[in-house]
Amino acid sequence: MDLTLYVWRQKGPEQPGRLEQYRAGNISAEMSFLEMLDVVNDDLIRKGVEPIAFDHDCREGICGTCSQVINGVPHGPEERTTVCQLHMRHFRDGDSIYIEPWRARAFPIIKDLIVDRSALDHLIQAGGYVSVHTGGVPDANAILISKPDADMSMDAAECIGCGACVAACPNGSAMLFTAAKVTQLAMLPQGRPEAKKRVCMMTEEMMKEGFGNCSNHYECQAACPKGIKVSFIAKLNREFIKAFDSHGE
Amino acid sequence: MAVTGQVMILFVLIHVLGNSTLFVGGLNAYAEKLRSIPPLVWATRIVMLAMLIVHVYLSIRLTLENNRANPELYAVKKHLKATFASKNMIWTGLVIGAFLVYHLLHFTIHVINPEMSASMNVDALGRPDVSAMVIANFQTFSISLIYIAAMIALLLHLAHGIQSSFQTLGLNNDRMLPLIIKAGSIVAVILFMGYISIPAIIFLELIKG
Ligand code: HEM
Ligand code: FES
Repeated sequence: MDLTLYVWRQKGPEQPGRLEQYRAGNISAEMSFLEMLDVVNDDLIRKGVEPIAFDHDCREGICGTCSQVINGVPHGPEERTTVCQLHMRHFRDGDSIYIEPWRARAFPIIKDLIVDRSALDHLIQAGGYVSVHTGGVPDANAILISKPDADMSMDAAECIGCGACVAACPNGSAMLFTAAKVTQLAMLPQGRPEAKKRVCMMTEEMMKEGFGNCSNHYECQAACPKGIKVSFIAKLNREFIKAFDSHGE
Repeated sequence: MAVTGQVMILFVLIHVLGNSTLFVGGLNAYAEKLRSIPPLVWATRIVMLAMLIVHVYLSIRLTLENNRANPELYAVKKHLKATFASKNMIWTGLVIGAFLVYHLLHFTIHVINPEMSASMNVDALGRPDVSAMVIANFQTFSISLIYIAAMIALLLHLAHGIQSSFQTLGLNNDRMLPLIIKAGSIVAVILFMGYISIPAIIFLELIKG
């Protein structure tokens, strides 16, 4: 198939960027979106044009590196699908496709479609961990965890930290990401001792990093490639109220 | 925001019930009763004013922070879930705020249209005739229009606000979320119908003064 692409090109963080038009010819329906861009880049290199810079790593939907807003939706039109797992059969011959980077104040553009997502790492550093004594591995099932709690924790742990929730949010908020991390740890006994401190530190860090506040539009859940749900945000809010109740020990 | 919003929702629920006593001819008696318990009236006024001040202060801060966090630079952006109501909370809120000032000047302080005010006219029992005041005012098209327009803003504000406040307070889970969204919209619509029924019915001359 033949496609017309409008791709955001920006040489560096401080340079102005703009949408450039490219033709993607000879694209097969079996290609992934990133493979389609590989073909386009091949063409650009042959023509002596700087290829389009985009982030990618695993290309199997688990690392969360690929990050493109395709026709106005982070990770494109397919539900629960990362860009690397999006296949060209979901587009039609002759389509125009707009490709833009994640946009939020907390995610400055590095080049073209690549943004700096270290703000998410800073959120993890602020509280997205449990402090454990290292040593021998404890026995499996030494700590009993109920099935529903384990399931909820595992569902939250599906987050791959791609940042689509931030890119989708009209407020540039990282609430869904933070809520997933808070829930994942708060549901397990190992995460309880630091639960209050964690939720306070992580929400405070969100403000510091320049993310917005959640106003419950629920765009994040719709954009999430892993189906992380906004009910985790309600859980974060409950954890926050609990922490507040005890005057932030 | 959620707490102040919910307290104000409680007020608008009680207020619409009070207003509807007009239809059964009980508005003057209701107003008289309220006036006879000044501590209740003043406590409500003070609490509502405090709620409003906190709500508006937080809402403006929230909106400014959020606008800064997302500079809206996408050439193409599709909203999958956000609604007109959820994206315009600050505007519907400010319309409600402006309306509140007008409404108080109109029916409470009687600065607007003083000739029709209840304090100037008494009913057969010698009570201030609130009912006649309301009916006389709403026979004017422009006044009815202002009230109905403001209630459209309230409808939109609460269509998002009610469910949003439950989520903010963490009173939510996967099963409840769709129900709360639906119930929130239904309550918002019921409140809207309740409030506009008064100017609408009076203007359409279904109730005469
Ligand atoms: C001057 C008047 C008002 C202004 C400027 C205002 C503004 C706002 C704003 C900006 C928000 C947050 C928007 C968002 O979530 O994106 C909000 C939320 C809300 N407002 Fe208002 N508002 C006003 C009056 C009212 C009134 C009179 C009520 C109730 C009858 C109300 C009920 C709510 C509720 C329930 C929420 C949701 C709170 C949450 O999710 O935490 N507001 N308002
Ligand atoms: S490249 Fe790893 S998730 Fe897409």
